Amino acid sequence: MAQRRSFLLGAAAVVLLPFDGARATPEALAELIKEVTGGKELRVGKVKLDVPPLIENGNTVPLTVSVESPMTDADYVKTIHVLNEKNPQPHVFTATLSPRNGRAQVGTRIKLADTQKVVAIAETSAGEFWSASAEVIVTIAACIEDVN
Amino acid sequence: MANALINAPKTAKRGDTIEIKALILHPMETGFRPGTNGRMIPRNIIETFSARWNGEEIFKMAFSPAIAANPFVSFFTVARESGRIDFLWTGDQDFRVAESVTIAVT
Repeated sequence: MAQRRSFLLGAAAVVLLPFDGARATPEALAELIKEVTGGKELRVGKVKLDVPPLIENGNTVPLTVSVESPMTDADYVKTIHVLNEKNPQPHVFTATLSPRNGRAQVGTRIKLADTQKVVAIAETSAGEFWSASAEVIVTIAACIEDVN
Repeated sequence: MANALINAPKTAKRGDTIEIKALILHPMETGFRPGTNGRMIPRNIIETFSARWNGEEIFKMAFSPAIAANPFVSFFTVARESGRIDFLWTGDQDFRVAESVTIAVT
């Protein structure tokens, strides 16, 4: 009997674990923002985050980040980070730029596991951090369905 | 391997800012999904993407599992001299694909 009980407990743990340990939360997002900025002030502005407000399919969400910057040797955007709140991990991507880019804009397609907030952070060559965020409503989430 | 697609202008004026788009076939398996047998499907993603213009790095991006399958990236760069742009994707399971385009700058 004891054996059966421990088996059941073990089985329950196996089922629950993957979802317990791996999930970004607003706290995990705040933690990662702190890591990205190194504790420096994060101001809202200069960054434009283009993402549809309503998404039917969370598996491919078009997203464009553009930053107001002259992109000269004296003043340019060094990195663009995109982070999220409720995917299994808070990190989405980090792009490294230089004056060579001419325009501080990056586009890609991302996955969103739930209705949530997406945050874009830009670090300038002067060491300033600017951000923008967007709420995205997702009707069919990524990562839920089995593979065929 | 011809599973990468690059969209870049063939010619450009010197000093112009041009857009480059890159697409590659890849499942971007997150490692957070159970398969039909109930076990987690192991993670298999592309981790880095980079572009070099005549050897000089012009763009770099680090991916996480949250990038959609068949990763698409668009970025801008200033056309300085004619030559070759080399693209490189690397990732899990020794994934490594290189692709290049040539561009004439006038």
